[in-house]
Amino acid sequence: MISCEKAAIICNKAQYSEASFIEKLKLKFHLLTCKACSKFTKKNAQLTTICDKAKLQSLTEIEKSAMKAKLDKEI
Amino acid sequence: MPAIKYDYKNKSMKLIKTNSLIFGNDEKQMPLNKLHPNTWVDAYADYLFNYAVGRVSDAEIARDLVQETFFAGLKSAKNYKGDATERTWLIAILKRKVIDHYRKINSKKGKAEVRMNYSASSDSEGDWLEEQVADPFSSFENDAIENEELGLAIHGCISKLPKKQSMVFKMKTIQGMSTEDICNELNINPSNLWVMIHRARTALVGCLNQNWFEL
Repeated sequence: MISCEKAAIICNKAQYSEASFIEKLKLKFHLLTCKACSKFTKKNAQLTTICDKAKLQSLTEIEKSAMKAKLDKEI
Repeated sequence: MPAIKYDYKNKSMKLIKTNSLIFGNDEKQMPLNKLHPNTWVDAYADYLFNYAVGRVSDAEIARDLVQETFFAGLKSAKNYKGDATERTWLIAILKRKVIDHYRKINSKKGKAEVRMNYSASSDSEGDWLEEQVADPFSSFENDAIENEELGLAIHGCISKLPKKQSMVFKMKTIQGMSTEDICNELNINPSNLWVMIHRARTALVGCLNQNWFEL
């Protein structure tokens, strides 16, 4: 049996499809017995869905530091 | 609660509404918002960028607009009265920048003209406008608007996370970088990364619960 902490980590990995088959199996077993983790898993999956849906955009760190440098000059 | 004050200058009694009931103090003593230009890029760049991309649909132009917004904000910092938050103020500037951008690209007369064919695919001519009306049952436009608001809500929540967590979350979720690359770039080990991702996600769920909808 795995702990809730481990289950949460696997659940997060699964959101980025980086959990191995064994890990997923372990998680499934844990979810059968743990209500809190089932709830967390559900919400976590929802977060992934809305993040995909929103088509988030962001600047890379390089672009940001370039921006900062330009702004610093003006200050 | 209305209070009666004696105005010595005009020698008259005046009925003045005070906010003493709500704030327990005079309005003047309320803390005003202040500008911190050196934190702008970290705090608002992604939020503004998301907003701009939704309007100009070109990442490069959007990035330039955000940069211009920061410059303009710096220039007119002395006009900032402090009654809006920094973010609201910057968004207001960005809105003007977006409008300016469209004005610039539409400055040539012909571009402003609207040409409408009866149908783009066939050669048949005519101007049956009623057939060009938006489909009332299409959910596409509404979805687009809703998704943009959702994106802003998520970015608002991300900006409340601690710096490192938000960085890791953005790299992983938005830029889709591999675990290995992030670990190399930030000099952390994978288990460290997953713990940070976990904290970020938990905080985000909580924040979106409050600000967006029941998640």
